[in-house]
Amino acid sequence: MIKTDIIIIGAGPTGLFTVFEAGLLKLKCHLIDTLPQAGGQCSEIYPKKPIYDIPGFPEILAGDLIKNLMEQCKQFKPGFTLGERAEDIIKKKDGTFVVTTNKGTKHQAPVVAIAGGLGSFEPKKPILDRLDFYEDKGVEYIIKEPEIYRGKKVVIAGGGDSALDWSIFLANINADITLVHRRNEFRGALDSVEKVRELKNKNKINVITPAEVTKISGRDKLESLTITSKNTETELLADHFIPLFGLSPRLGPIANWGLEVEKNAIKVDTFDYQTNIPGIFAIGDVNTYSGKLKLILCGFHEATLMCQSAHKIIHPDKKNVFRYTTVSGVNGFDGSRKEAKKPVIQSINN
Amino acid sequence: MSDINIFIKDRDGVSHNIKAPIDISINLMELIRLHELAEEGTLGICGGTAMCASCQCYIESSHPLPKMEAEEEAMLSEAFYVKENSRLSCQININAKLSGLSLEIAPE
Ligand SMILES: Cc1cc2nc3c(=O)[nH]c(=O)nc-3n(C[C@H](O)[C@H](O)[C@H](O)COP(=O)(O)OP(=O)(O)OC[C@H]3O[C@@H](n4cnc5c(N)ncnc54)[C@H](O)[C@@H]3O)c2cc1C
Ligand code: FES
Repeated sequence: MIKTDIIIIGAGPTGLFTVFEAGLLKLKCHLIDTLPQAGGQCSEIYPKKPIYDIPGFPEILAGDLIKNLMEQCKQFKPGFTLGERAEDIIKKKDGTFVVTTNKGTKHQAPVVAIAGGLGSFEPKKPILDRLDFYEDKGVEYIIKEPEIYRGKKVVIAGGGDSALDWSIFLANINADITLVHRRNEFRGALDSVEKVRELKNKNKINVITPAEVTKISGRDKLESLTITSKNTETELLADHFIPLFGLSPRLGPIANWGLEVEKNAIKVDTFDYQTNIPGIFAIGDVNTYSGKLKLILCGFHEATLMCQSAHKIIHPDKKNVFRYTTVSGVNGFDGSRKEAKKPVIQSINN
Repeated sequence: MSDINIFIKDRDGVSHNIKAPIDISINLMELIRLHELAEEGTLGICGGTAMCASCQCYIESSHPLPKMEAEEEAMLSEAFYVKENSRLSCQININAKLSGLSLEIAPE
């Protein structure tokens, strides 16, 4: 059981900034995210695109914003459960919550902050007969342990950056890669396309285009795939099939936690962004209230106010005095650092 | 004159006659969201950057549409439920020439 002060569901910009604000108040955080990396939409959808409305940054790439947020919160040593989806929540008799993921990892804390954005990023699945039967029996949508593909026959489908990048990566650890895409053109970074072309010329990647995987076969697990290209079907032996058609967000299990949900978002009280269940907060894109805007800066504001109430729940007897980081530093919010460095006071005319 | 009519069939098959403004710059995806014709969080996920295909629609009338750019074509080639008349609604800006346009929102 992982124990902490605040369990944060969602490691997007809102979740990451919560770690910082909670850290100022000496509260420890643990983040859970379905994605294998932090950053939410900023990392998954538009890491290389600029954002112009982060206060103090006339322009910053979404990926760089996440890098900075990670840097800013790292001093408070947050824990991470990545690649797992928060599935289930129970409230214990002592008032704490236990959040369990789809992989069975349990987390316990007196406060839960749902910073789930548009929802948990789930893979878009191709329309294929009995696809669900073969899931985890050779069909995978997210690559978590690249090593399992070493020396194996792997078919990757898709035409974007992740299909290209993983084809390159896995070919380099000696997986036998076939890349299947519906068109001859790929929608990826130029250098990735070049690299795949190079590997294809060296016979290290087999590229089949324009083509589609149209059938999965195998008794107990995936054994072969049917690939259709210009009305011709070919059967290809395969140990793994990795369709990479992007991810799409789903509120998913959180919708069944007894929280008030309206238009796929969680209703909150704007005093502190608490939900209808005391101790559970919802911040960032995942919440809704009158006048809500789904912007990063709104998530930051909500995280800051939420932490004040979280502190009251976690330490009902401790006073929390309002302070500036300039004056108290980032470690002095509990009063342990009394004063900031004083300016020199000296006469110039003596 | 600053409004035109656009006919939109939602994912439940219900048809809506929508008044669309042409005096502001707005695309079909934004129009659909403005009128909440798709469940929140299921359409326009990439904010209109031709990177998610969640705004795919089928154009049912023969109005003059902007030519498909390479990004839109590439994204549609990776999407599901694609038909001959599929377009990404975020890539079509509304203008007076689209008066009477008829479209259906593609399944999720
Ligand atoms: C193309 C694009 C451009 C944008 N441009 C701007 C801009 O210029 N300015 C601006 O302010 N905003 C912009 N936004 C919006 C901005 O990205 C969001 O407001 C912001 O990402 C919200 O942050 P968040 O942390 O609340 O949620 P998200 O970034 O969505 O992160 C939520 C995380 O929670 C995870 N999650 C959800 N449910 C679960 C679960 N059950 N278990 C585990 N993990 C879960 C998800 O996997 C995800 O990683 C843009 C968005 C897009 C798509
Ligand atoms: S909104 Fe994402 S492709 Fe149109």
